[in-house]
Amino acid sequence: MTSQTQAVVTDADDGSIDPAAQTQGLGKQAGDIVGFSPGQLMWRRFKRDRTGVLSAFVVIFFFAIAILAPVISKLYGKDPYTLYGQNNSDLLNEFGYPVAPNGGVSSSFWFGIEPGLGRDVFTQLLYGIRTSLFISVAVTLATVTTAILLGITSGYLGGRADYFIGRVSDLLLAFPSQLFFVAFMPIVVAIFVDPQDETPTYLRVTALIAVQWFLGWMGLSRILRGQVLSLREREFIEAAKVTGASSWRIVRRELLPNLVTPILVQATFMLPGFVTAEAGLSFLGVGIIEPTPDWGRMFAKGGDIAQNDITYMFFPGIAMVIFIVAFNLLGDSVRDAFDPKSGR
Amino acid sequence: MLRFLVRRTLGALVILLFISAFTYFLFFAIPHDPALLSCGKNCTPDNIALIHRNLGLDEPIPVQYFHYMVGIFAGRHFSVGDCSAPCFGYSFANSDPVWPTILNRFPLTLSLAAGGIVVFLLVGLGAGMLAAWRRGTFIDKFFSSVSLVLSSMQIYFVGPIVLALLVYNNQIMDQPKYVPISEDPVGWFSGLLIPWCVLSIIFTAGYTRMSRSTMIDQLQEEHVRTARAKGMSSRYVFFRYAWRGSLIPIVTMLGLDIGTLLGGAMITEFTFSLAGIGRLAVDSVLRTDLPMLMGVMLFSAALIVLFNIIVDAAYAFIDPRVRLS
Repeated sequence: MTSQTQAVVTDADDGSIDPAAQTQGLGKQAGDIVGFSPGQLMWRRFKRDRTGVLSAFVVIFFFAIAILAPVISKLYGKDPYTLYGQNNSDLLNEFGYPVAPNGGVSSSFWFGIEPGLGRDVFTQLLYGIRTSLFISVAVTLATVTTAILLGITSGYLGGRADYFIGRVSDLLLAFPSQLFFVAFMPIVVAIFVDPQDETPTYLRVTALIAVQWFLGWMGLSRILRGQVLSLREREFIEAAKVTGASSWRIVRRELLPNLVTPILVQATFMLPGFVTAEAGLSFLGVGIIEPTPDWGRMFAKGGDIAQNDITYMFFPGIAMVIFIVAFNLLGDSVRDAFDPKSGR
Repeated sequence: MLRFLVRRTLGALVILLFISAFTYFLFFAIPHDPALLSCGKNCTPDNIALIHRNLGLDEPIPVQYFHYMVGIFAGRHFSVGDCSAPCFGYSFANSDPVWPTILNRFPLTLSLAAGGIVVFLLVGLGAGMLAAWRRGTFIDKFFSSVSLVLSSMQIYFVGPIVLALLVYNNQIMDQPKYVPISEDPVGWFSGLLIPWCVLSIIFTAGYTRMSRSTMIDQLQEEHVRTARAKGMSSRYVFFRYAWRGSLIPIVTMLGLDIGTLLGGAMITEFTFSLAGIGRLAVDSVLRTDLPMLMGVMLFSAALIVLFNIIVDAAYAFIDPRVRLS
């Protein structure tokens, strides 16, 4: 395996002809020594990692069904809101449970029927994944942006700004995070809506993003601060300063490209955490509420009915296990591809 | 050591002061009247005025906050009654005093956390060390894959399934419940066994992965190789050299986890209908019971800060190179 410091590899084991390799190795025989950028090296290492590629496909699959949920449900012919079980009395028995075995799984209801309301589980899960992934991606983007801003500021400027940001993140780290999410959900909602009115869904989503963002950025910000502290003393930054580059240019052109690795790796590890945290909040009844489909809310429903219809629980549950495992494996592979020395 | 403890305690108090101020101002300074929140959907102006007077909400918020903080140390007098020394006010929902309610709920949360910690430490550290010892073999790969899958097993997924399979449908175990250990140790153990196991799944996976990787790092250290070269048995080197060296990251993680767990395992308590601190927090949120929530928040934050100090002090005992100053 090649290491990052050695930015030169032979092109022998890779059959494809790289355009960069072609220009570099103009007029020479195949198998010559060719230069690659760190990004190309990372991509070559990643392609060779079978687990990584497989988990990347699984993750892409989940995002694809989240984005395409309306199209899929249109082709499938059902939506997550219609109460099929109540409209058609053959589907649910007098206790509200599916008549057919295994939670009503059949060719027309692929994942069965939700007990009680009689909605379609398949579209519920599709749209639930859509809601959860949307929220988690938004939280990840918000936390990563904040962490980049504050981490680079405190590392590069140092002094008073560094001290202030450091103390604030110390303070936020002492907050009991799960309790904070639960406690501040209604507060954030109440800032915008009178408690006696109905809360619109987009506001609950905004509040969920806000509370998770608020306590989410400290870890990455500290990592970036440490990186910037060591990068700041390197010669190339000094050279840029001597040539009269502005601070903004140094941050943008010299520092940020060197921080892509920790940012990408941490973001891949953060996202599944946000998915499970959001699902936990909806499970407790303070996140997304009826009738909006949500991954976590399906667990709350599944818990209520597990005694009589255990099948329902397995669809959101196994989907989540696959998603989290794939994402964690992807995170490991991305880390190994960027930094092969870190090892497992 | 003493100087270190005093300094850290003062720092912790400052952090708690900030947390209390932040929480109080956000809770009570939202544009809507907190009395309105506590009063519910059908509220008369008379009720609101009464709540205002009972809770001292008609004063400006900084003054309210000052009274609240003084009340924690000196007690407080409300028109509804006296509230003695650690006074965190009264619940909006049912007028229970906050501090006794928290104390009342704490034994359950403590039992839940203690049992869960024992389970995940035994299983997690054991599996991790075994995997490190037999690195690269089948055992290692097996434990690593199992911990990867277990780390994605959320409590809200596994808990209801375990309940349905073991309790409701096959009656192998009883419904989880809490009996004080002083009254019935056997009932305490069997009542909390399922919650302990389910709670510790994700932690077990985390500790397996971490203890494996730190043990592997330690086994590659120079002093470990020297000890082996001197002819010490691999078992002795493994336990006396490598194991001691890998304690620091484990203790760091454990301290954070204990602090968090003692502040209430919300999802576990909710799943198994156990009335601990976490359940109290969730119920208070659903009823918008701000004083109760404020009390639980401060209680949990204090535990996290306390265990941070304990972890830092523990470093000095584990690693003699660490000098506290």
